[in-house]
Amino acid sequence: MNPAELTWTLPHIVAGVMVLSLNAYVLLGGADFGGGVWDFFARGHRRDEQRALIAEAIGPIWEANHVWLILVVVLLFTCFPKAFAHLATELHVPITIMLVGVVLRGSAFTFRTYDSKRDAVQRRWGRIFSIASLLTPVVLGVCLGAVAGGLVPMRPASQAATLTFMDRFVNPWFMSPFPWAVGLLTLLLFAFLAAAYLTVEAPEGPLRDLFCRRAQQSQVALLITAVATLVVARAEDPQLFAGLTRGSTALAMLGTTALAAATTLWALATRRFQLARLAAAAQASFILWGWAWTQFPWLLPPDRTITALAAPRITLQLTLGALCVGTAILLPSFVYLFRVFKSGETVFGADQP
Amino acid sequence: MPSDLMFARSQMAMSLAFHIVFAVVGIGMPALMVIAEWRWLRTRDTVMLELAKRWAKGTAILFAVGAVSGTVLSFELGLLWPTFMEHAGAVIGMPFSLEGFAFFTEAIFLGIYLYAWKRIPPRAHLAAGVVVAVSGALSGAFVVCANAWMNAPAGFTMVNGEVTSVDPIAAMFNAAAPAQIVHMTLAAFAATGFAVAGIHAYALWRGTLHRAFHRAALQIALMIGLPTALLQPLSGDWSARGVAERQPVKLAAMEGHLRTGPAAFVIGGWPNPETLEHRGAIEIPGALSWLLHGDPAAVVPGIDSAPADERPPLAIVHLAFQIMVGCGTLMALLALWGAWRWWQRRGGGGVALPDDRRFLLAIMLAAPLGFIALEAGWTVTEVGRQPWIVQGILRTADAVTPMPGLGVTFALFTVLYIGLAIAVVFLLWRQILKTGVTPVPLGVTSELPLPSRLSGTHPTPRS
Repeated sequence: MNPAELTWTLPHIVAGVMVLSLNAYVLLGGADFGGGVWDFFARGHRRDEQRALIAEAIGPIWEANHVWLILVVVLLFTCFPKAFAHLATELHVPITIMLVGVVLRGSAFTFRTYDSKRDAVQRRWGRIFSIASLLTPVVLGVCLGAVAGGLVPMRPASQAATLTFMDRFVNPWFMSPFPWAVGLLTLLLFAFLAAAYLTVEAPEGPLRDLFCRRAQQSQVALLITAVATLVVARAEDPQLFAGLTRGSTALAMLGTTALAAATTLWALATRRFQLARLAAAAQASFILWGWAWTQFPWLLPPDRTITALAAPRITLQLTLGALCVGTAILLPSFVYLFRVFKSGETVFGADQP
Repeated sequence: MPSDLMFARSQMAMSLAFHIVFAVVGIGMPALMVIAEWRWLRTRDTVMLELAKRWAKGTAILFAVGAVSGTVLSFELGLLWPTFMEHAGAVIGMPFSLEGFAFFTEAIFLGIYLYAWKRIPPRAHLAAGVVVAVSGALSGAFVVCANAWMNAPAGFTMVNGEVTSVDPIAAMFNAAAPAQIVHMTLAAFAATGFAVAGIHAYALWRGTLHRAFHRAALQIALMIGLPTALLQPLSGDWSARGVAERQPVKLAAMEGHLRTGPAAFVIGGWPNPETLEHRGAIEIPGALSWLLHGDPAAVVPGIDSAPADERPPLAIVHLAFQIMVGCGTLMALLALWGAWRWWQRRGGGGVALPDDRRFLLAIMLAAPLGFIALEAGWTVTEVGRQPWIVQGILRTADAVTPMPGLGVTFALFTVLYIGLAIAVVFLLWRQILKTGVTPVPLGVTSELPLPSRLSGTHPTPRS
């Protein structure tokens, strides 16, 4: 690695903003997907109560949460157009599957919410919503895993054209275990986040206890998968594994993540739910930033850097300017949105005559 | 078997045609909602409140589908046209970023508008609605900006197939943007206004117990639809002048002007791209030359001015253009009729709304015209630019993804969108229209929370 690459430059700042947006998407949109996962697993005589709680928690904010993904995509194609064109080509198949999931989940959720007649049609919307919530995060994780694992390298066009369809468009992400490990990790992370958040949103009582248990269970599954992912990384891609585990920053990241995970478990066990929610969010963020740090300075591992793929300077400057103006409008709006809907009172009873 | 390029174009066309309906509703409906709520705040007429809530519910359903289909489009730009995005991303990404923020704002405040009826003061609630309306219109404008750049590329130079000297500001404020933005925004309001007016005109025409409700709705919808429909031909003329200047071949295809020379106004007809002859067209000689240059003898470049491989599909563009102009003309005439009726009845008994049965029937029949014009208009813009994806710079065939088998994804998204369209229609029918036209008292069937004051006006069972 060329040490000069490590100097912070405009492209790195934009890349940082992209990880930040992805972070927001994981914490907000990811939790919405997780809500859908728990909707899928809602069983027993409290089934409808669980579903109502999830729907109330997601309802007013999912549209806004969902826009973070669009922001990441727009930043990618504005500031790193070559990387966007490359990824959209090589990962055409999984991205398409993910999009179908996004469409089905979003529309099925809205249809269910507004189709307030409690009948078979409404239950069918619910089914589509929960299954799409289960599948989409896996595919999203597979795409990220394929990039992180250096499985979709940029090749000269002449070389790419000689590959078979399977070798170019399917095998890199489908046949390798690492992307699937990341996919599973993403799903569990989203489910865990949702359960941890719902412990705060649920009214005191059995529903809260249920989501507390769910948070604990998914946390355990998440940690096991995280270790498994490291093992797979070690076997599949020594360079990636080295990045994840060597160096003081990488170890500090791993340590902090472990600390956040332990805090969550402790807070859940001692019923400190606000703290558990914060620690869960911190844990998810550290996992994401740990990945980003491992990949730095590569945008498309193993050989394309963030700086090499960046758009001209003027585009980056103007985009960052637009981001500042946008943030100045958005941040107060978000604060207002969350103050209106998430200011602590129970979700049931609100807005009921 | 059509080529992958054809499938890619079809998939893009289908995704856009689908998304555009919801995007337009996202621009138009908030304005209707806000007017109704504002009237409620001023007059405390509960019909207005019910109307605002009913419309908000419809907006929510349509907005969600618009949001997800918009997400699909932002990915499809790369999935289908990676080479285009590789070159264009850095140049035209700006308006997309700004659109992202406008859409973000819209989504946040729509969430507040839909769910916080009782959590925030009425004025704050109305203000949230205004923010939704304004940011919705802005996000539309930004996207149209990016599209206009494809028609009038600016803000970069192309050296050996690489984009250099990028100037995103110049790209954003390209020459085609102002006219296209105005034309599209007016189209959004006119199409939404007419469609909503048509629904309520149907209820009135059929006879309903909720006459006051539907009359109020019709009045607000016409308030938005009629003036914009009247202005639209003017903005269309402005737009066409720009096209004549920058994309003469597109204009020739639109107007069916086949041979360079003084241009006639061609109505109807089926142009033959081989012989450059019309079949069955009515022509007004010199009319187009006069419209564009004020001189019936002015020379206008025809389709023959472009080499054969740089001509768009003639028949589609000409037909789509005629459909758009035809629908627009009908809407403008209806607007004139409405204005005349309003003028006639202005003084009498405080009833200014034209609601005789003939007018209601006309409005009902006109309900889909705006959306038909919209789809036809986008066909003109996009197909008329072929074979270019960026006018004169990059060919569509050179921009398409190397990924084979696009027929499969085209089929997948077609099925998905058809399913969604059926679901939306079914849902709107079940939730909005059905309760809106059946003789059940309002406020009792409505599942939306109503202010407690209203419950006193209806006889309620004693507990």
